[in-house]
Amino acid sequence: MSIPGAVSALKVTDGSPVFKTVAVVGPPNAGKTTLFNRLTGLRQKVGNFPGVTVEHHTGTYHLDSGHEVSLIDLPGVYSLNPKSEDEKVTVDVLNGEMPGAERPDAIILVLDSNNLNRHLILAGRVIALGLPTLVLLNMADELHKQGGQIDVLPLARQLGTPVALVSAATGEGLQAVANFLVATPRTPEPLELPIFGDPRRCREWAVRIGSHAAYRRGATPEWTRRLDSIFLHKFWGGAIFAVVIVAVFQTIFSLGQPSSDLLQKLLDTAAVHLSNLLPPGLINSLVVNGIWKGAGSVLVFLPQILLLFLVIGVLEDSGYLARAAVISDKVMAKVGLNGKSFIPLLSAYGCAVPAIMATRTIENKRDRIATILIAPFMTCSARLPVYTMVIAAFIPDRPVLGPFVGTRAIAMLSLYVLGFAMAVATAKALKSSVLRSRDVAFIMELPPYRWPMWKSLGLRLMDRANAFLFRAGTVILSVSILLWALTYLPMHNGQPPAIADSAISQIGHFIEPAIRPLGFNWKIGVGLLSSFAAREVIIATMGTLHGVDPASHAMALQEALKSDLTPAGAIALLVFFAFAMQCMSTMAVVRRETNSWKWPILQFLYMTFVAYAAAFVAYRITLLYWS
Amino acid sequence: MKAQRSKSSSTLCDLALGESGILEEFDMPQSIAEHLMNLGFVPGLEVLVARSGPGGNPRVYRVDGTEVALRRDLSRCIAIRPLRTAEAEMR
Repeated sequence: MSIPGAVSALKVTDGSPVFKTVAVVGPPNAGKTTLFNRLTGLRQKVGNFPGVTVEHHTGTYHLDSGHEVSLIDLPGVYSLNPKSEDEKVTVDVLNGEMPGAERPDAIILVLDSNNLNRHLILAGRVIALGLPTLVLLNMADELHKQGGQIDVLPLARQLGTPVALVSAATGEGLQAVANFLVATPRTPEPLELPIFGDPRRCREWAVRIGSHAAYRRGATPEWTRRLDSIFLHKFWGGAIFAVVIVAVFQTIFSLGQPSSDLLQKLLDTAAVHLSNLLPPGLINSLVVNGIWKGAGSVLVFLPQILLLFLVIGVLEDSGYLARAAVISDKVMAKVGLNGKSFIPLLSAYGCAVPAIMATRTIENKRDRIATILIAPFMTCSARLPVYTMVIAAFIPDRPVLGPFVGTRAIAMLSLYVLGFAMAVATAKALKSSVLRSRDVAFIMELPPYRWPMWKSLGLRLMDRANAFLFRAGTVILSVSILLWALTYLPMHNGQPPAIADSAISQIGHFIEPAIRPLGFNWKIGVGLLSSFAAREVIIATMGTLHGVDPASHAMALQEALKSDLTPAGAIALLVFFAFAMQCMSTMAVVRRETNSWKWPILQFLYMTFVAYAAAFVAYRITLLYWS
Repeated sequence: MKAQRSKSSSTLCDLALGESGILEEFDMPQSIAEHLMNLGFVPGLEVLVARSGPGGNPRVYRVDGTEVALRRDLSRCIAIRPLRTAEAEMR
């Protein structure tokens, strides 16, 4: 006599899987991603379904018999309400109505065994879809440690599906997955289903099902409450928050900058060797100056970006970021946003690209777009080399407040403040006009504190590295090659032209009238044009332009710059960089995340306009006082 | 010991830190109410004001074993029946 639904009682076939595609479904914070990572390891890839910005992972699970099963990790859902984008994706995929995704033949449902009173409602809805389902009660170790309990067999009998207590973090109980995949499929029998519209009766149903299985929830871990009484303390909460923010910046600058510099040195050395290996001429120049240097200008930002993601990942997985959102909510509300925008805006100080990807946690669409639109005003790491160079060339270093705070430090700080102030002003303007949202609901679930898991952090970092290198890298690479070609054309008798006759100089002179009011000459113009690919490219461009120009060939770039700019023009250039949207990677990621060209184009026009107007004002004012 | 029953006058916002009440009604757009219910804010359940963030807004509520932070303006849209402290202790 078999017990309906119990894992152990399933008939096992010859070891070949009966399912080809299995969807992993579960509520947020139930450990779904940890389970998915454990089952698929590195054999996974990220993708977006066509037409929606909801990201999903697919991966391969290897059975002991050598067979493979494809797993789809769907977005975390609380219910199957097609009104929310994430949940609609899940419903569509499970019903086989999502173009580009195969209909799964089975479901692995991951629930938090400490929250079954809520999560069993989702189980009822998922099982009602009629696909063979395995219910995993995750975090079994925590349940037991905190004095909770549940009997799996009665629960399986009630639900009509196999049920297993597992811990995705330790791997405990995961044999159940292998058993499920090779067992004869069992279509769940019609359940006595909760009444969908009535949350009170749904919950009563879930509690009844749980009590049949002698379910007792574990207590909230004592140390989560203790940590919260410090981290959310009326006074200390804010103080610790400030310390954490400073530490994040400190980590990124003190560790990120040196690793970027080191990488830059390695790349430069490699470029010299590469140049020596290839015969001199066109190919050499294309490979070294076009491709290698172009790719290198992207690559050097990788350490900072990974570091930023590591720091934010640790904060997120430990549970602190949810508290940071609560603490910052009051301030964010003043500009019409909520605490959930805080995290992306913090990341934008490193790089706007990951910051914009991080806006996915903001449920309110208008808030999310407003956050995306203001993120590039935050002073990102790509502006730093430009600021450093121009400030060092034009602003004399004089002490202002004691020996440590000089004019240069104040100039740098003012640029940070300028970007931040414009972000605040823009957010206020957007939120009181086109992106006004009446129902701003800040609802933040506070998960228990946990130790971050290095494996899942590592996988996410790899994901981000790949996304950054391939999606952004391709754009910047093509621009570098194009720029290189423009300095090489038109050729005369197989020889590249003098810089003044090159196509790039013609383009520079063509746009010169437009930038002359800002105090820029044609070389700065070309630098600006190239910096629309990525801000720091202007340095490489100015280097190239002066390098091939006999007049400034022997000078250091800082000295050579003085022939291009007056002090007023330099101030205008700094202000322009503080505001302009000069980053193709950002535009590409805004396009991807908003799923339309409308927002990146509007953002580009707006930021360029603000930059131009502000640079003009800065130029005129500086001329009055310092010429 | 009788808990006062004043449906319209008491909201979650009126509870002080450490006090609790029974959830009754949500006066807000359906989608937000549904999200709250998914998080455990189900009518009939007890909710406790667990913490008050810096500045007293948002506050953290404990309901059905989880903790959720809400702004005051949203908590003002949630009708509750306040529980006297003694009654809350007995539950």
